[in-house]
Amino acid sequence: MTVFDKLKILTDSAKYDVACTSSGSDRTMGKNLPGMGSAVSCGICHSFSADGRCISLLKVLMTNYCEYDCQYCVNRHSNDTPRAAFTPRELADLTINFYKRNYIEGLFLSSGVIKNPDYTCERMIRCVEILRNEYHFYGYIHAKAIPGADEALLQRLGFLVDRMSVNIELPSQKSLTKLCPNKSKQAILKPMGLLTNRIRENKAEIVQYRHAPKFVPAGQSTQMIIGATPETDYQILNLTEGLYKKYSLKRVFFSAYIPVADNPLLPSIHTKPPLLREHRLYQADWLLRFYGFEAKELLDEEHQSFHPLIDPKCNWAINHMELFPVEVNKASYEMLLRVPGIGVTSAKRILQARKAGSLDYEGLKKIGVVLKRAQYFITCKGKLAEGLKIREDNLLMSLVSEKGISLLTRQMLDQSYEQLSLFPSGKLSEEDVRQCLKEPI
Amino acid sequence: MPQRTNIIYEYDGSFEGFLCCVFESFEKKELPCDIIPQTQEQMTLAPVREITTDRKKAARVYRSIERKMSVSARELIELSFLTCLPQKERDMLDFFYLGYHYGRQVMNRLTDPTVDRLLKGVKHLTNEAHLTKEFLRFSTRNGMLVAKIGPKNNVLSLIKDHFATRFPNETFLIYDCKHHLAFLHTPRQSGIIPVEDIELEQIDEEERHYQRLWKLFYRTIAIRERYNPRCRMSHMPKRYWEYMTEFQEEEPASPQMETIASPITPPPLEMQNSAPKPKIE
Repeated sequence: MTVFDKLKILTDSAKYDVACTSSGSDRTMGKNLPGMGSAVSCGICHSFSADGRCISLLKVLMTNYCEYDCQYCVNRHSNDTPRAAFTPRELADLTINFYKRNYIEGLFLSSGVIKNPDYTCERMIRCVEILRNEYHFYGYIHAKAIPGADEALLQRLGFLVDRMSVNIELPSQKSLTKLCPNKSKQAILKPMGLLTNRIRENKAEIVQYRHAPKFVPAGQSTQMIIGATPETDYQILNLTEGLYKKYSLKRVFFSAYIPVADNPLLPSIHTKPPLLREHRLYQADWLLRFYGFEAKELLDEEHQSFHPLIDPKCNWAINHMELFPVEVNKASYEMLLRVPGIGVTSAKRILQARKAGSLDYEGLKKIGVVLKRAQYFITCKGKLAEGLKIREDNLLMSLVSEKGISLLTRQMLDQSYEQLSLFPSGKLSEEDVRQCLKEPI
Repeated sequence: MPQRTNIIYEYDGSFEGFLCCVFESFEKKELPCDIIPQTQEQMTLAPVREITTDRKKAARVYRSIERKMSVSARELIELSFLTCLPQKERDMLDFFYLGYHYGRQVMNRLTDPTVDRLLKGVKHLTNEAHLTKEFLRFSTRNGMLVAKIGPKNNVLSLIKDHFATRFPNETFLIYDCKHHLAFLHTPRQSGIIPVEDIELEQIDEEERHYQRLWKLFYRTIAIRERYNPRCRMSHMPKRYWEYMTEFQEEEPASPQMETIASPITPPPLEMQNSAPKPKIE
């Protein structure tokens, strides 16, 4: 089998993994050392594939032979698909040669479980060792922790790579038992907890001894599949928040389920991947990490799904109109962040510009505030934007983007785009919204 | 207040030269209607005054920026000079007037039209520098890694350190075909040099092997069910594609060496954009 065949098979079977980021590590090599490579904390995407996803790392599997038979996975044991395996050196050579040409930021190494978890993990370690110790490669490496592998092996791997991840796979124990007979919640959370503790200990070591070796310096991430199982957005978002708090994860990734098998336990093979839902989850994830929101503010027992037409922040704002409008020239940073149309950058710039004088609408535009959305929630020097009439009933309508409306028309009402005929009374009522939410997106 | 004039300042195109134009404007208490580099063809009836570059004057102006404004104002001015903003020199001169008047507060005047234009221009520059770090592609040609780029702004001085620290032991050349500059790095020394058109040497069999592997990887990693060309385009604008391996037609590999850009002896370091351009043949 040529290296072309192997690359094709092992890329094809790795492509559904989401995380391809190279952020969180900052490293340059010392002077007069052999080798090559560096890591930049913001991460670098080197290309974008035809699906618009970033290509930062050489994302392949060590092998797609797998002992496990997870129903949602293309590499499941029972699937009839071509199998291949890289030798550790083949993969290390490929990485170095891609890296040298500035194709990639480093390696994303995952693997099917071959023989047993320990053997699999050892092969991965071998490849990374060649890169780090023989080729003196200082670039980024992301490795998957193989659940069930020995703790000592995980530790060894952790000292060689920048980031590790354990896939939580599905958002609940129930779904996991149903679809992954060989995996349990315990088997997944154990290595995750181990990594979390070891990362914390290592932080203390580094404070004490400056040259202590670094353990997973770019932190830990995870991912879960959305839409293969019946969990609601509310459950998923709560789980996400829990993972950030309890395991100090750097990122939680969501992956819209793409049907890979005709199986009564799974959505039909003709289901479209729930991309909008995935998008809304990422928006909410951003709100948790950078905007000071808590999961319970965005969704609750009665509202278990995100609004299909407007983003979670807008949705929160319309349900809290009593807090608005805020005066841009006086509001705190935290409050500015809660205004739809104002992001982290523009909130910071508003604070900066206020030092030099008060702001008007023209100025806000220059700063980068999206007035189209923000205008309903702010005043400038005590004034609302000119010509603005807020009526509770048309507020939602005005915030829904053209794209949102056409999406709604396409996906839910199977009729051509006509804003007025959508909602006979010209307004979007609670009933309509609920109707929207019932339908699959 | 300085007096508005219809005079055009002409300088040698270097940053020092520009600082001397600032000196001239303050000394004569006059505002030129434009400031242009010598190389730029100008069809005008307005009187042109040639400003000679005087390192001492330039240094005085340079030192004053940090003292009277702030470090970030100095950075803004230095970066503005690398942008492709039309008539950037005029905006930069205006910025000096604002800066001397408002002091360190000038950097907070985000809604001032001059400050706004410069900030946006610099953002365009730094964004482009980042995208160039992402999308630049090396290919081995005659034992040397060579990359060709065609940026709108003069990004070379912003990206060179990134590659020099990443590949300290390699010999490589980054060639900016729009600004006719190249960054040459060897394990022993490196620097930016002015160059005329460089014709790239042919690639060898090994290089072609890895290019093919990369194209295969690029095609395979995409998920068909998520096809989204608009999203790709917004992250990776089309104008970068012509320099990227994954979108290029396969080059013929040949063992025969046609030496064109050889052998370059690296000149003593630094100083971009300086005067005449020697032809490297």
